[in-house]
Amino acid sequence: MIDIAIIGAGVIGAFCARELSRYRLNIAVLEQEEDVCGGASGANSGIVHAGFDALPQTRKSFFNVAGNRMMETVCAELGVPFRRTGSLVLAGVGEEERLRALLVRGASNRVTGLRIIGREELAAMEPHLADRVQSALWAPTGGIVCPHLLTIAAMGNAMDNGVQLHCGFRVVSAEPVYGGWLLTAETGETVHARIVVNCAGTGAQKVAELFKDNSVRIGFRKGEYMLLDKEAGGFASHTLFTLPDQNGKGVLISPTADGNLLIGPTAVQQTQPDTAVRREAFSELTAKAGLLLCDIPFSAVITSFAGVRACSSGGDFIIGDGAVPGLYHVAGIESPGLTSAPAIGAQVAAVLAERLGAQANPDFNPHRRPAHWFQALSEDERNSIIRQNPAYGQMVCRCEQITVGEILDALHDNPPAHTLDGVKLRTRAGMGRCQGGFCQPTVFNMLMQTFGYRAQQVTKKGGGSCIITGGEL
Amino acid sequence: MTDRRIAIVGGGPAGLAAAVAAYDAGEHDVVILERDPVPGGVLSQCIHNGFGLTRFGVSMTGPEYRDRFVTAVRQRGIPVLTDTFVTGLTQDRILNCTNREGIFSLRAGAVILAMGCRERPRGALNIAGTRPAGLFSAGTAQKYVNIYGHLPGKRVVILGSGDIGLIMARRLTLEGATVLCVCEIMDHPGGLRRNIVQCLDDFGIPLLLSHTIVEIRGRERVESVITAQVDCTRTPIPGTETEWSCDTVLFSVGLIPENELTRQAGIPMDPRTRGATVDGNRQTGVPGIFACGNVLHVHDLVDFVSLEAETAGKAAAAFVQGKLLSGNCIPSAAGENVSYVLPQQVEQTPSEPQTLYFRVRQSLRDAVITVRCGEKTRRFRRTAVSPGEMEHVTLTPADLEGASDIRISVTSREVSP
Repeated sequence: MIDIAIIGAGVIGAFCARELSRYRLNIAVLEQEEDVCGGASGANSGIVHAGFDALPQTRKSFFNVAGNRMMETVCAELGVPFRRTGSLVLAGVGEEERLRALLVRGASNRVTGLRIIGREELAAMEPHLADRVQSALWAPTGGIVCPHLLTIAAMGNAMDNGVQLHCGFRVVSAEPVYGGWLLTAETGETVHARIVVNCAGTGAQKVAELFKDNSVRIGFRKGEYMLLDKEAGGFASHTLFTLPDQNGKGVLISPTADGNLLIGPTAVQQTQPDTAVRREAFSELTAKAGLLLCDIPFSAVITSFAGVRACSSGGDFIIGDGAVPGLYHVAGIESPGLTSAPAIGAQVAAVLAERLGAQANPDFNPHRRPAHWFQALSEDERNSIIRQNPAYGQMVCRCEQITVGEILDALHDNPPAHTLDGVKLRTRAGMGRCQGGFCQPTVFNMLMQTFGYRAQQVTKKGGGSCIITGGEL
Repeated sequence: MTDRRIAIVGGGPAGLAAAVAAYDAGEHDVVILERDPVPGGVLSQCIHNGFGLTRFGVSMTGPEYRDRFVTAVRQRGIPVLTDTFVTGLTQDRILNCTNREGIFSLRAGAVILAMGCRERPRGALNIAGTRPAGLFSAGTAQKYVNIYGHLPGKRVVILGSGDIGLIMARRLTLEGATVLCVCEIMDHPGGLRRNIVQCLDDFGIPLLLSHTIVEIRGRERVESVITAQVDCTRTPIPGTETEWSCDTVLFSVGLIPENELTRQAGIPMDPRTRGATVDGNRQTGVPGIFACGNVLHVHDLVDFVSLEAETAGKAAAAFVQGKLLSGNCIPSAAGENVSYVLPQQVEQTPSEPQTLYFRVRQSLRDAVITVRCGEKTRRFRRTAVSPGEMEHVTLTPADLEGASDIRISVTSREVSP
């Protein structure tokens, strides 16, 4: 029997695992998909929220502000690019009252540096402001991070510190056995754990129900995005919000950590999670983004995507013991979940380690080799690496300039990529302007060679997402 | 830093032909920098025939056409640095390169840009729906089939009637897949007439003009697409939707010249061609830097790529020999029903006839090409013109004499100048 099984390898599961690996515990993460961040953590704005939006005295506001404060250190340790760009809530005529209310709320959430600025100061910060914008709430602690790199790095660091990751492990039953829970996967594999942590995102209610725990109620709200090429990345310098409403923080415009420009998300209530972008999403995003900035270069769109938020019925994060012993929920973690993740992980780890009487892990290493470490080196340093390993001199992805060596890293470093999307999320190969047109067959061949796959076994993102279904010629 | 008389970026059809021409013009210190493991570019995966009819008067496959030039390059001992990626270019012609031996710089007396083009991906099209496996740009699917021997799927819908899409419609059919239809959002095909006939008509594959894909369905692998008819503003018409059950979608929706290096070097660009602006020698706005092939403007036929590359190769040789005459240039302009003209600058008093290449915006029958050179007007007739087929006219030195600009228009009847 292991100590802790975490269900779900999104950003929450990954940070719970990473923080728990500071203790001498036997931990496994069970993920139904073929890779980490297959849900909302992979289709996310990547905004590190300042914390003025969440209602005071909620878990959301507490963990948001706490997570925001941890982000610099955590990203430095994990080698994930993070930029504190600051964020702006833009308001038009007649919206000043609501802007001031947001300032007051932010102050009571202990967000620092908030102030309201006028059009003139604002125009110097963002040259493409829409005409309607008159003032803004300036939040200097807002930032941007790459959501999938953060998740991958947290899980990778957890694994480097001894956590086991089981991908393709879709839990279909949970039985109380010998003072723990016996979890069985669709494949028949089992894991027996003293404590189960439910970090299953949109699947958290279903997971709870496997334990006969009906206390978790999760709704689904889809968010659709458009991503613009790096040539448009400088069009906005800060994360720009409209005033929040009952549907959430609304459509935002933000530079991304990778240097693109992101527009979204919409908010579409759903009965079942579904990540299809609706036909009307494009006109909705275009119109709403036009309330923030004018002359947005929409011709530079390189892709569109959707993620599904897991919303708790109570509106706040669900963090704590379930209705049955040995089950701990970390559920309903919608926005600001990404920002909150490091703080939530630390809290969950502290509670569960104490409960299990765990000692500190003396070998815990908080550091991980940075994502894109090779590209960050000087030319001389890269040259000496290439001399030792020529694979770092052989370009695969033209648009993002990713080498064979970097792709091999992604196939071997924790958590190893086994799919085309896995390589793309880790290295950016296939994420650029050609969207993998040139490099996909090369990455495909590297997956075959590294893992001994046949052509029909290479997938985009696991399961039935096979690239080749017509057979061999 | 190594010094070279001429460095060529790209070892596809343009780069190979430019190298041979430069060598034959007396410049033997030529190097080709190629990012792929082998030279030849996209020709290696174009195993269909039809290459070389214009240039050599025989029909060859892509690899056969490639081999003619690879052989010519080898016979001359011109080095091809394969697996070598050019990461930077400056206006004083310093190239930064990376390969398995390391990072190095190279200073060239003249640079010829021959990087080719890339396919426009699905993401740029704002198509609703999911993002499953089974979506390929046509050239990527062609590489899987022709280079690696993998058939992407069995039931295929193709969006866009560019030449690669048409060629792949036939190729997939021959390999046992069913191509359900080719959708083209425009009211005319994007590719060559001969490909419509030989790749679609001969195999009974329907071409749906003024149609597009409005939604893609399927969670893991494509399960179906919804197509719809579009109006004259290319907006889908409600009520015209059809669902096609399929496992594969190919996109052949345009080619984009790969000019990241060109832009990085600050070389003046033409927004219409998405390539550099050049003169008749294919010299860009930066002296000593030339461009040819699909990096300059997207061609339909490789034969014209070779011709253009030979012009650039010869001129680059003349440049390093100090013999490239740069006479007074006059601008060429696209008039009625013409989307662009290349070269954008034409020598005013050339010693040889000058050929101008252009594309029409709208298909026409019994077309009249009107070329206004200053006060003079020349007319050329064509039985039919279409945006999918590049046109050209040749002007004599006498035509250009005294002209201050050139304007090309294409109409269905004669118009007074």
